[in-house]
Amino acid sequence: MEKASIIIFFVFAAAAVLSALNILLQRNPLYSALSLIVTLLSLSALYLTLHAEFIAVIQIVVYAGAIMVLFIFVIMLLNVPAAQPQIEKQKGLRYLAIPFAGILIAETFYVVLSIGKRSMPSVPAGTEAQAVGTTWSIGTSLFTDYLLPFEVTSVLILMAVVGAMVLARREGD
Amino acid sequence: MTNILVEWVIKTVVILLILVTAVAYLTFLERKVMGWIQLRVGPNRVGPWGLLQPLADGLKMIFKEDIIPSQSNQWLYILAPALSLVPALMTFIVIPYGSEITLFGRTIELHVTRMNVGLLYIFALTSVGVYGIVLAGWSSNNKYSLMGGLRSSAQMISYELALGLSIVSVLLYSGSLDLVEIVNKQSGWLGHTGWNVFRFPLMFVFIIFYIASLAETNRTPFDLPEADSELVAGYHTEYSSMKFVMFQMAEYLNLITSSSIATALFLGGWNGPFVGRLPILGPVYFATKALVLIFTAMWIRYTVPRFRYDQLMRFGWTTMLPVAIINIIITATVIVLFP
Repeated sequence: MEKASIIIFFVFAAAAVLSALNILLQRNPLYSALSLIVTLLSLSALYLTLHAEFIAVIQIVVYAGAIMVLFIFVIMLLNVPAAQPQIEKQKGLRYLAIPFAGILIAETFYVVLSIGKRSMPSVPAGTEAQAVGTTWSIGTSLFTDYLLPFEVTSVLILMAVVGAMVLARREGD
Repeated sequence: MTNILVEWVIKTVVILLILVTAVAYLTFLERKVMGWIQLRVGPNRVGPWGLLQPLADGLKMIFKEDIIPSQSNQWLYILAPALSLVPALMTFIVIPYGSEITLFGRTIELHVTRMNVGLLYIFALTSVGVYGIVLAGWSSNNKYSLMGGLRSSAQMISYELALGLSIVSVLLYSGSLDLVEIVNKQSGWLGHTGWNVFRFPLMFVFIIFYIASLAETNRTPFDLPEADSELVAGYHTEYSSMKFVMFQMAEYLNLITSSSIATALFLGGWNGPFVGRLPILGPVYFATKALVLIFTAMWIRYTVPRFRYDQLMRFGWTTMLPVAIINIIITATVIVLFP
């Protein structure tokens, strides 16, 4: 069992890393978007190995299913001609990327080093429904401990919806 | 461990074989039903009552020339049919066909696997299935295909909202996302008194769910993506031979999926008279109920004309969505007042 889950981890981790690299290496924006979908799907497979079924499925429904469809819509409709880098116009920005990348790498190392010593809490037998990452635990904590942030986020999304409606409305209506 | 794996493999293979056969015979049934409704006999030349017609169709499709348009995006053009077929097949591992039967001294549960997010898993796969259609439309490099692909994805996204919200009412009643659990909650006296469709607000939810699932599977009156009078054949205009067949299979598989989910959520799944004493009746009841829903979908297809595109969108956003939301409120109120 242990061996199988390690193999599964390495297969999907490799898929996630390779497709993430592919996002950067592709010139065609559509291929980049498709690689991003592969990355998201591999990540959700990794969540499954951590017993976080709800998060894994929601990851697919929301990111791979809804948001990426919109990305692909936009790319297809604009039909961006491949291999025409627009970045060359702002050459100064390119050097700004180096410190930012440095900060990001330092942050990642800090997180990895601080997590590395701890071990993952194992799922206690018999309480599978209450384990972290299932529908039950997420629902309970959303509606008790995190009720205020949850409601505030809903209002925020509602504002975004109303704003989009106002912007999209034509003058005559 | 190995035993479980072998059991999974056997179940998957059996379900796969049943599904492929079912898809072949659904095309036959579709033509027969169309014939009856239009006062014709339908296909009756190949084999007794035309029963070998799917076989002949399959052979014909295999021997057709496989055309890849020279201006198309070849990789995506080849990938797209698989992207729409594979998610359609993957949904079936969580659908329960019966409770438990004993074969060769082993207790076998009649579903491939059960997860505590089974219903969301199906939704995840349907939302991934959109890519097959979108990419097919785009990679063919044909304006009709592109229009069909865009229409289809816009339609699926719009009606997925109503579909998802209508399921929330069912979840409020059953308190679980696990399909086996949902079906178990619906067993009652003689096996059919507890069905969700007989409960007060859920009968209206069932209608919403059924309409939305017709739209999800791109069937008439919602078959705008492949409206032949406007778009030749929609997203699969350029496809021929087995790639075309894969799209057709995905479409019929989605019809079977949506009917099976409707059966499990509203019609009591495998529950029925005497199913407690004879568990082997479970799959029979399940198949019968699903088949009734499939037949109704075909009946609707040859009775109702197609929507106009703006009517379709308006119906989805201004009728289906509010009704689904109101249904959630009513269901929640009923559950609180009459627990």
